Amino acid sequence: MTALQAGAGRAAEERFERADSRPTGLPRSLAVKVGSALLTLLFVLVFNFFLFRVLPANPAKNLTRSNALTAAQLAEVNKTFGLGRPLPAQFWNYVVQTLHGNLGRSFLNQEPVSTLIGSRLWPTILLVGTSTVLSTIIGVWIGIRGAWHRGSPFDRVSTAVCNTLYAMPDFWLGMVLLIAFASKIAIFPTAGMHNPDGGGAGLAGTGDLLWHLALPCLVLTLVYLAEYSLIMRSSLLDELNADYLTTARAKGLRDAMVRRRHAVPNALLPSITLIMLNLGFVISGAITTEVVFSWPGLGQLSYIALNAPDYPVLEGAFLLFSAAVIIANLIADVLLTVFDPRVRVA
Amino acid sequence: MSLLELRDLAVTYRTADGRVPAVRGVSLRLDEGQTLGIAGESGCGKSTLAAAVLRLLPRTATVTGEVLFQDEDVLTMRWGRLRAVRWAGASIVFQGAMHSLNPVQKIGKQIAEPILLHEPKVTPAAAAKRVASLLEQVGLPAWRANGYPHELSGGQKQRIMIAMALACSPNLIVADEPTTALDVMIQAQVLRLITGLVAERGISMIMISHDLSVLSVTCQRLAVMYAGRVVEEGPAHEVFTGAQHPYAQALAFAFPVIGDERSRLRPRGLGGDPPDPADLPSGCSFHPRCPVAEPECTSVETALWPAGPARVAACIRVRPDHAAASLSEEAG
Amino acid sequence: MTAPPATAPAPAPPSARQLSWARRRRALAAFWREYRKDRSGVAGLIFLIVLVILALAAPLLASSRGLSAALSTNPANAGPGWHYPLGTDADGRSVLTELIWGARISLLIGFTATLLCIVIGAVVGIVAGHYGKVTDNLLMRVTDWFLVVPFLPLAIVLAKTLGPSLGVIIFVIGITSWPGTARIIRAQAMAVETRPYLERSRALGAGHTHQMIRHVLPNVMPLLLANTILTVAGTILAETTLSFLGLGDPLRPSWGEMLNQAFFTGGGSAGNQIWLIAPGIAIILVVLSFTMVGHALESALDPKLRERR
Repeated sequence: MTALQAGAGRAAEERFERADSRPTGLPRSLAVKVGSALLTLLFVLVFNFFLFRVLPANPAKNLTRSNALTAAQLAEVNKTFGLGRPLPAQFWNYVVQTLHGNLGRSFLNQEPVSTLIGSRLWPTILLVGTSTVLSTIIGVWIGIRGAWHRGSPFDRVSTAVCNTLYAMPDFWLGMVLLIAFASKIAIFPTAGMHNPDGGGAGLAGTGDLLWHLALPCLVLTLVYLAEYSLIMRSSLLDELNADYLTTARAKGLRDAMVRRRHAVPNALLPSITLIMLNLGFVISGAITTEVVFSWPGLGQLSYIALNAPDYPVLEGAFLLFSAAVIIANLIADVLLTVFDPRVRVA
Repeated sequence: MSLLELRDLAVTYRTADGRVPAVRGVSLRLDEGQTLGIAGESGCGKSTLAAAVLRLLPRTATVTGEVLFQDEDVLTMRWGRLRAVRWAGASIVFQGAMHSLNPVQKIGKQIAEPILLHEPKVTPAAAAKRVASLLEQVGLPAWRANGYPHELSGGQKQRIMIAMALACSPNLIVADEPTTALDVMIQAQVLRLITGLVAERGISMIMISHDLSVLSVTCQRLAVMYAGRVVEEGPAHEVFTGAQHPYAQALAFAFPVIGDERSRLRPRGLGGDPPDPADLPSGCSFHPRCPVAEPECTSVETALWPAGPARVAACIRVRPDHAAASLSEEAG
Repeated sequence: MTAPPATAPAPAPPSARQLSWARRRRALAAFWREYRKDRSGVAGLIFLIVLVILALAAPLLASSRGLSAALSTNPANAGPGWHYPLGTDADGRSVLTELIWGARISLLIGFTATLLCIVIGAVVGIVAGHYGKVTDNLLMRVTDWFLVVPFLPLAIVLAKTLGPSLGVIIFVIGITSWPGTARIIRAQAMAVETRPYLERSRALGAGHTHQMIRHVLPNVMPLLLANTILTVAGTILAETTLSFLGLGDPLRPSWGEMLNQAFFTGGGSAGNQIWLIAPGIAIILVVLSFTMVGHALESALDPKLRERR
């Protein structure tokens, strides 16, 4: 289901639910949103708990992957994870453990999951962060230009390209670029984040990092850009028929001013909503791209854990990804409340 | 020199289903300080006319003729000159203020926008003072400038539109159905406001409405439009009480006068629907609904003929040769 | 005076059923006229019809023996050749054969997952829209939760805990995609609920189920249809991703599975690149077609959306 569909649904709802909107102040609505986010996070914990502790027949096995545990070791496991006690107590134990950062130990190398995740956090943030920033700037610009000059060659070409990119499995684009620019024409490295010999610190190290970052970042940027530009274009097209734009023109504003001062700010707001709804898309793009490029981030970690299978790591990664998206949603929601004067309702 | 003169203005829309003539050859004249009302049902082209005055029609519209504002043709002006004339020379109070204001921008900023645009020497602080003064003149408290459009009622939004229209002290204001969609009591308030401000400042005004009775008291002259053409024009009171064109008559009588026996008893209303601009009847476009249509009306579209001092009407019965013909018919 | 001539009895007036069918035919004709205006939608539709025919005709086009690794006699990872126009994979099987048979799997998974998705989504949407208040609130909370939680991690943990199989993949995709449909259908259902004939049917004593099935559902159908088509595009992409990551069924190679094998055996990059490229292009074309058809449907059904294209 696409972001655009979600948008149509959201817009339909807003059309219907507008009713009486009395502004009740910023702090109250913020508190409600934060509370809502925490509740969602709680449900993620419940879900995780259910899936990994309740569902499997032998949770201890999942947690330790042991073939032969001594009685003492088994008792230790049971004690740490509270297995064998009534469910609510287990759940409470689980929550406490999680809040303390104890997410269990990896099957593969016995390291604490939290340490593993911690060490892989930065590469993913670097990759996803750079791509998101680039794709937002470029994508929004393309979308605005396309919508404003609707039907122009620029619009037709950019829409066709973006639709094609959106229809493409993101990892496939990575594979194709990998073959083209790393195998056939060896411009870029084929894998990893640094050269095996470390690359060194300082400028040489950064250069090496950028060299490795180039292709995966390009792939993710293209993939995200397609979605963002289509959303922006669609939002702006919706605004183009608005009466207040005629008022703006009647006042004597130049076309570019009408667009910049009146149309775009109004179109940005629903765009934020739509992008919000598709933040999961960002995550899945990151995971598959890291796999293709052997980028040592959380995505690759998930992939390794997936195939092992390394349940504690999977559990931890799922928790982290969900938390990230929930928080990002919260931030976007807050931004929306701050910037859209119509939305300040409890 | 007249302030505004429309010469044979015609607007045709290009749609997927063909060409639709919305305005078919309208000529009007407005002098300084005059007020003109344009009346007609929906679809008669009056809103298109209003937009054409400032060249605000979409690209799908083909406009021919001339729109002379202070002797300059708006339709052939250079962009820069047009943008300067817009709002500072002539401004528009739009129909449906509900959506004519930017929902995410403060009201004060929207009113100040044309001021800062057309008078670059004005500082933001000075502009804010003028905004406060304008709000006061339309009967709204100055602190409204810090609010947003959705916080206002329909009538209040319309007042904002009026304040905005006055911001650059234009020579002409075009008010397109300024009171439609408002409660009757609010309508009266807003009308009093507009006419008061216009008279006070000596601004010329074109008011567009489907309500002939309102126009007859707020405007000096009145023009009735039907199917893209003016079918009668003259002093407002005369056109309202003694219309010559059958359509104008029907329109006038659609609004009964309280206390007038005659209007109470007279049959009201007109059968049929306004014609589809894409598919107009032959000859006089009113003939299918006309209670006094004649055989010739189906093939001849009568032009505007003098029908009294400073009055014109586009009806075959007004033509000088018509009376003679009917007399000779009776005799024969 | 002559007797009036005998005339044949006048034809019986059309029955209510005949009238409503005539009306439906007219509506369909009008709809098709509107749909035809969108050229990309027509192109997409043609492509999809051709694709479905190809998929159904797979046994005629390429013997299923070509799918068996054990029986293949071709060289592995070879470029295009006479018997294998698109080259071979790591086991020597013809890529073209796999592509044609893979269409079946990909489409099958796509359609069934979509079916699951829209059934759940439509039920949730209509029920939430109809009952309102507490039920609506509760259902929307659940929906929102699914919407917020990121798809791939959720799908991964579900697939891993429930075990590897085609059924699980279908279940997982269906269960992660329904929220989008539910939201859209709910909005439409809420709009339908306010219409007069619902009130009338309630006054006549219609029960909840009757109202929802006989009144709300038919009016929500067109939107549901458009949404279904667009969802298929999404489920095919989702299946591709899951198969690529190794959660698919290697014995029943979908296009995503082909990509998995092509990439991870190294054959795709080093040996026969077409093995890697072809399924991707196939997926792009299919997803694009579904998307264009879905958009054309939406435009034909809702005039307001026409402005966006």
